[in-house]
Amino acid sequence: MFMLKRMRPVPFTQVFFAGLLFSAASLNAVSAQADSAANRPTPMGKALDGSMIIQFAPNIFPNGQGLPSGIGLAQNGAGLYQAQCASCHGKKGEGGTAQELIGGDGPLSAPDADKTIRTYWPFATTLFDTIARSMPPAAPGHLSADALYSLCAYLLAENGLWGWEQPMGPKELAAIVMPNHNGFIRKFP
Amino acid sequence: MSTFLDRRVFLEHGLRLSLATAAAGTLPLAQAQSLGESPSASKNREGMQTEPQVNQFLASQHKAGQAFSNYGMPSIHENRVIRLIGSNRMVAGNGVSWTPLESLEGIVTPTGLHFERHHNGVPEVDPARFAFTLHGRVAKPLRFDLAGLLRYPMQSRMLFLECGGNSNAGWHEEPMQKPVGSFHGLVSCSEWTGVPLNYLLDEAGIDRKATWAIAEGLDAAATEVSIPVSKLRDDALLALYQNGERLRAENGYPLRLILPGWEGVRQIKWLHRLEFTDQPVMSRNETGEYTQLLPSGKAEQFDFVMGPKSLITSPSYGQTLGSPGIFEVRGLAWSGHGSVAKVEVSADGGKSWSTAHIDGPVMPKCFARFRAAWKWEGKPAVLQSRVKDDQGNVQPTRANLIAQRGRNGYFHYNAIVSWAVDSDGTVRHVYA
Repeated sequence: MFMLKRMRPVPFTQVFFAGLLFSAASLNAVSAQADSAANRPTPMGKALDGSMIIQFAPNIFPNGQGLPSGIGLAQNGAGLYQAQCASCHGKKGEGGTAQELIGGDGPLSAPDADKTIRTYWPFATTLFDTIARSMPPAAPGHLSADALYSLCAYLLAENGLWGWEQPMGPKELAAIVMPNHNGFIRKFP
Repeated sequence: MSTFLDRRVFLEHGLRLSLATAAAGTLPLAQAQSLGESPSASKNREGMQTEPQVNQFLASQHKAGQAFSNYGMPSIHENRVIRLIGSNRMVAGNGVSWTPLESLEGIVTPTGLHFERHHNGVPEVDPARFAFTLHGRVAKPLRFDLAGLLRYPMQSRMLFLECGGNSNAGWHEEPMQKPVGSFHGLVSCSEWTGVPLNYLLDEAGIDRKATWAIAEGLDAAATEVSIPVSKLRDDALLALYQNGERLRAENGYPLRLILPGWEGVRQIKWLHRLEFTDQPVMSRNETGEYTQLLPSGKAEQFDFVMGPKSLITSPSYGQTLGSPGIFEVRGLAWSGHGSVAKVEVSADGGKSWSTAHIDGPVMPKCFARFRAAWKWEGKPAVLQSRVKDDQGNVQPTRANLIAQRGRNGYFHYNAIVSWAVDSDGTVRHVYA
């Protein structure tokens, strides 16, 4: 404000204008409105190499997008299940310290509705996605694609939704229509 | 006749509100709390009144105190105010820890008491190796290191954060007899500071057909959920700081997605990527879980916003009222739709209501602390609170909620909470 002191008295509007110029210059044009076009933040993103994306665990979509190639059989899945899953989910998938995976009866409108993979889950791809990324909890993300298809085939076969002899791969898994496929009311969009 | 009083009564008549006298007895931890007894009037084992130990009390004035500390901790006398943990026997990192709402005041949850919900533990993330990636249907897939993220303009917001499964004991047939935080405490409130996601979306150039983004965390469950791009555009924050300091490990260090007002499961901790798509991924946490089964047998999916909710934290279960007189009824209210507009309290199970005082400032999608002076005459009473938000949403009664949604919804329980005060001053959880 020392600059203004040296000036002769001037009308208010001019003082105000001078003050604006002064403060803008002294603050090196910092703006409170960083989102206006002239004040976009300096871009800090670095171009992504496609190989980096491949390292991510794929997101598996209901249409099969993201599913790896591979093939599995329910009978192979049975052994894997006993070794990797039964200690928490029960020897017959009846549940234990973790969720019931095999079974579930009755309508979902019942007062004691049983929400299971068979009665409730709308997509079979969710099973693959969940096991691939998070199971077993002590060492997630290590099961091969073939092992994952075998586990899915086993759980779906035990739930009466897949054949024991039918080989399962990406196309077969994505084509399965789950019993509760139409059971959801989407609040969005 | 309402037994709630004008707030000024406290100023005129003084207080009988001292809270800290933990009653000896069988109640664990901070549950044994007596309201309204003077802390100086302690009784010895024979029940004789003893004089307060004045000299001992002043002893700290006659010796040098403790030295400085690099990082402060709560008083050792408050070491029973903790998060109670409920976790899976086989997978220690799968479960929750509850914010002890009954022991806290104001609207800020101490960071170390912010509730936790992890699916497979707290990951150790090296900030030097960390990268946040935008990919999928974008013009330019991009990655950002932490130094880069810290360069962007930031925003701070006070926001509540609530698990979609909070309060689910409310669906039980019988009212749960536990401290309020032990079944409603999957909600906390913090100041979150970070980068509005919009800046980064503009930089990557999001495809017009990309209506969803799949967010993934670096935890051992690689937790992933689908989020509408419209919400990311609207008010999403990439949080780097909580309550002024960098995120705690259990709250997502180094980066957490904050979606104001939405269910906690969407606000991915240890966020490391967003994949932009034209469809939701239909992960377990948005199909088999975090969906609400209705009496019709159909289930609601992608119900993101946490509805209006309030509860009285004092008096509440586990606390005991002392001699009859004036008490301050205290509680919290919030709504994911907007700001708390009004909180009412009842001492007769909802027959009559009085407007509670709300401490300011009242902020959108943030806790509000309410208070009401109440005269307890030593007779049975049922205390309730209900909130209305500025979008016109009102907290439902339990009967109405169950009539509409049945008892298999499991998620998004927000009904009125009732505490019965018995004539001996004990407080029970009831359905009223």
